[in-house]
Amino acid sequence: MLRLFLSTLFLLLALVAPSLAQSDPKALIDALGKADFKQAEDLIGQIAASGDPRVVPALNAFGDGDLYARKSDGAVFITKPAGANLALIDPLSGESVGEAPKGALNKLKINNTLRRVLRAATGGLTLMSPDRAARLSAADAVLRAPSAENLALLETALAKEADREVKARMEEARAASVLVSDRSIEEKNAAIDTIARIGGRDAISLLLTASATMDPGLKPAVNAAVARIQTTLAFWDMGQNVWYGLSLGSVLLLAAIGLAITFGVMGIINMAHGEMVMLGAYSTYVVQEAIRTSAPHLFDWSLAIALPVAFLVTAAVGLVIERGVIRFLYGRPLETLLATWGISLVLQQLVRSIFGPTNREVGNPSWMSGAFQLGEMQVTWNRLWIVVFSLSIFIGLLVLMKRSAFGLQMRAVTQNRRMASSMGIRTPWVDAFTFALGSGIAGIAGVALSQIDNVSPNLGQSYIIDSFMVVVFGGVGNLWGTLVGALSLGVLNKFLEPWTGAVLGKILVLVLIILFIQKRPRGLFALKGRAVEA
Amino acid sequence: MNLVRSETRPKSLLYLDGVSVSFDGFKALNSLSFVVEPGELRAIIGPNGAGKTTMMDIITGKTRPDTGQVVFEDLIDLTKKDEADIAQLGIGRKFQKPTVFESHTVWDNLELALNRKRGVFATLFYRLTAEDRDRIEEILATIRLSHRRDELAASLSHGQKQWLEIGMLLAQEPKLLLVDEPVAGMTDAETAETAILLKEIAKSRSVVVVEHDMGFIRDLGVKVTCLAEGSVLAEGSIDFVSNDPKVIENYLGR
Amino acid sequence: MITSFILRALEGRIVMTVAVLAAVALAIPASNLLLSPDSALHVPTYAMSLMGKYLCYALLALALDLVWGYCGILSLGHGAFFALGGYAMGMYLMRQIGSRGVYGNPLLPDFMVFLNWKELPWFWHGFDMFWFAMLMVVVVPGLLAFVFGWFAFRSRVNGVYLSIITQAMTYALMLSFFRNDMGFGGNNGLTDYKEILGFSVQADGTRAVLFALSALMLALCLVLASAITRSKFGKVLVGVRDAESRVRFLGFRVENIKLFTFVVSAMMAGIAGALFVPQVGIINPGEFAPANSIEVVVWTAVGGRGTLIGPIIGAVLVNGGKSFFTGAFPELWLYALGALFIGVTLFLPKGIVGTVQSVLAARRAVKAAAGRDASENDDRAPSQVQAAE
Repeated sequence: MLRLFLSTLFLLLALVAPSLAQSDPKALIDALGKADFKQAEDLIGQIAASGDPRVVPALNAFGDGDLYARKSDGAVFITKPAGANLALIDPLSGESVGEAPKGALNKLKINNTLRRVLRAATGGLTLMSPDRAARLSAADAVLRAPSAENLALLETALAKEADREVKARMEEARAASVLVSDRSIEEKNAAIDTIARIGGRDAISLLLTASATMDPGLKPAVNAAVARIQTTLAFWDMGQNVWYGLSLGSVLLLAAIGLAITFGVMGIINMAHGEMVMLGAYSTYVVQEAIRTSAPHLFDWSLAIALPVAFLVTAAVGLVIERGVIRFLYGRPLETLLATWGISLVLQQLVRSIFGPTNREVGNPSWMSGAFQLGEMQVTWNRLWIVVFSLSIFIGLLVLMKRSAFGLQMRAVTQNRRMASSMGIRTPWVDAFTFALGSGIAGIAGVALSQIDNVSPNLGQSYIIDSFMVVVFGGVGNLWGTLVGALSLGVLNKFLEPWTGAVLGKILVLVLIILFIQKRPRGLFALKGRAVEA
Repeated sequence: MNLVRSETRPKSLLYLDGVSVSFDGFKALNSLSFVVEPGELRAIIGPNGAGKTTMMDIITGKTRPDTGQVVFEDLIDLTKKDEADIAQLGIGRKFQKPTVFESHTVWDNLELALNRKRGVFATLFYRLTAEDRDRIEEILATIRLSHRRDELAASLSHGQKQWLEIGMLLAQEPKLLLVDEPVAGMTDAETAETAILLKEIAKSRSVVVVEHDMGFIRDLGVKVTCLAEGSVLAEGSIDFVSNDPKVIENYLGR
Repeated sequence: MITSFILRALEGRIVMTVAVLAAVALAIPASNLLLSPDSALHVPTYAMSLMGKYLCYALLALALDLVWGYCGILSLGHGAFFALGGYAMGMYLMRQIGSRGVYGNPLLPDFMVFLNWKELPWFWHGFDMFWFAMLMVVVVPGLLAFVFGWFAFRSRVNGVYLSIITQAMTYALMLSFFRNDMGFGGNNGLTDYKEILGFSVQADGTRAVLFALSALMLALCLVLASAITRSKFGKVLVGVRDAESRVRFLGFRVENIKLFTFVVSAMMAGIAGALFVPQVGIINPGEFAPANSIEVVVWTAVGGRGTLIGPIIGAVLVNGGKSFFTGAFPELWLYALGALFIGVTLFLPKGIVGTVQSVLAARRAVKAAAGRDASENDDRAPSQVQAAE
């Protein structure tokens, strides 16, 4: 008996609800408290149709599960947690109207279908908002969840819209909505064009979703549009690959550029080169620790401070190595290789003893964190800065070699030691400082690499083989060769990766370099002529 | 020795025609043409950078010419062969800087140079025969090193190393010997003795000597070719060449 | 022909070393098997396996000496040949496990079952036969050396360039073997062996035989290497090391000479790897690590390159030191190894054996000169002794 009564009441309410609609959004919202999912969907449509922007907070709260109905009178409120109780907020005015214990309230149930309806409804509602940003995000919301119901509203809004950008976005939203409506073929064709112009993966999914329910006559147009978008996407993909490649290439360049001096210019096989990079990274760590404890406000400057520190530390270590070991081994490249390998073992173990074998945390300053979107490409700031940084080091070094007095002496000594010596150049010191310079540059490369790699005692080991490959591939004794070698190996690697996977890609690149060296034993930019004796 | 050569190709041992080669734009040889007859001893002079060493590099297969022909014994195109092939054909070369195996004894140096099968397995299972022993003894006598046969080549004097290298070339039994500055760094006595040695060698084979030492070339008393800027400037007897105004301007006058 | 080739090898020091190795091959297994564990002379099995390991390393160092000491090719990738030989042996041992694995699959090794593979990859076929596996122990490293050397020596890649690309080769192989898809057990490599030729790999008897085999194989390879280096070919080899272009202009095919030596050396390294694996019970991609190959170079350098016996002494000494340090002062081992690299290159470039030889030679030369001065006064240089060979 009771059940019969209740269900009759329900039915009655459901019938009465639409009639309440036009008069009062408050009543419609209250009706939500007693509606099931199906009825709620209708009610949301009616609330939206009221065109009253005041209902938006209530709809949002419904979507977030913050809408509650009071058990005593069925009134619906937006709530906020307030201790054990919930604070009640009037759904339209947004005024606080007291608190109630949770037990006195019923949460309005929500499901995904309703959420979608809500999103479309709020989107439609805010289309008329006086706030430009709100209108823009409303158009975006409609674009993401197009529905035929919004179409009329959208067109009204479009007619009123004055802002160019918002208008364009609304046109796109309208096109998306047209596709799922029962408008004419011509209109839909035009809509497909509009969406194809948006591009991107979202546009493809919009088109494909719509085409499922669409007139089969439109299929070719949709397919053509999808194909067009995919071509554009493929270009962006390539762009993204090139970017990843350049970014990897700039890392290789960073790692190799110090070696381009010690190995390339001086002919020293410095197997401890990777450890110079590692020392640079640890210098960054130490600088950051010092800043954290004594001057935290300087943290964003930590890398700038670490650069000279790392340069000086590694250059000093380089100087000691050259004076202490390498100078006794000039003209015996294979022995140099062994001795510097020994040095690398000692340096690794030294760092392990001081800092421990585990990774050390090096933070990213705020200007190196995050990412931005370029078309369809994702560009992270730290990668961008590393590309910029490695190129600046390269240019700086080039200028130093070609324009400065020290660079002149350095080139003189490497070309003709005896002649340089009789011209009054102190060749041993030029050797020592050149090696220190190469080591110092490896150190500042370490500062940059600390931002993208684990700072551990093994850091250097992972770069040493790659660095040698870059220098040998580019051609020994040629800075430009190192640049071209690093960037092209980076790009090659990233283009192989999608086909082969990361590890196999790297293996293939190694094999290719080995084969390349067979073909051109002196690298890409080889010195030719009589000067080169086998 | 006729000074004017007919245009038809004579029966030649080595024949270079229109050979050019350049390194990074620098023309080391510029359309060089040059003939060596069987049994001839020839001297080559020229200023630094005239292309003397480059010419030897091309004949021995170390460098490939950009254009031109290099023909051995009228038939064999040397531009298609590498160093080992050319050496086996019978062209021996002495470097400017004496190059011997310093960690081997004088005897071993000659044994290695002997013209025997040079394959991997032939050398692995090689045994010194009485015939080979006699041949090495003979060469040791020729190069005046018999008394030092068991010493390491590293302990020889500069001049003795030059001779040892010439001895190794003899052991190779070449038809043509290319000798690059054999008397550089030698004492006068050694120089004179080397001239005698080379003339002795030239009795049984062709020899081309590159040298700066005019006195030495006069001692040899043979036909001289003067190179400059990668091509032949003059050719003839030493007196003829040294009176040529172009030669004086390009080489002797400096 | 062959006999004279071998007889030439048997010069004094070589004979002595072979005798020592033969004695070791007999005495240590005997003391392990026959003496009671309480006896002072008893060698425990773990110590015997450890020494067996050193002998394998010694063979690897000997192989490196052939190419580096005599031919001047500094290979930084000899660990790759060692590891390949080891993998060939490991594959045989894996196939011997049969259905006794964790998953009990009679055909597939455990890691393949784990990866959900349904059939044996083609390159695993045949490895259930001992003779085939032993053939592969020399063929696979030999083939890799042949292909690599064919390209490298033909295009005259020399000196440090060659060293760097050999290092890249072993690095690339390491990355490859780390991949599960390669079909060699990925990270974990091949392990949990049960039997070799029907004998348990854990049994003392098997261990003793493996130890003796390692010593004998080392002796055999030493004789072979000595025969090679003391032949005319060996002299050419040294010629290639000291004056490559002279050898070329004498009409020798330098690339063939290098290729032959490189391949023989790679095969020796492969044999060393194959003997190593059953004694340590595992082979994994870490054996390909470039650092391992460089360590082999330092063993050779410490003992004295170009002496054949030096590398054997160097390998045993350095590895003995390593076992001692990593047991007693693990922190210090890398310092010691690093210092060894630096010290040997700076102060002992000829290594232990090389230095002893030159000291002896100098002393003999002084004596000879003194003797000659007494008899006659001539200006000849003091007669040098051939021992430096």
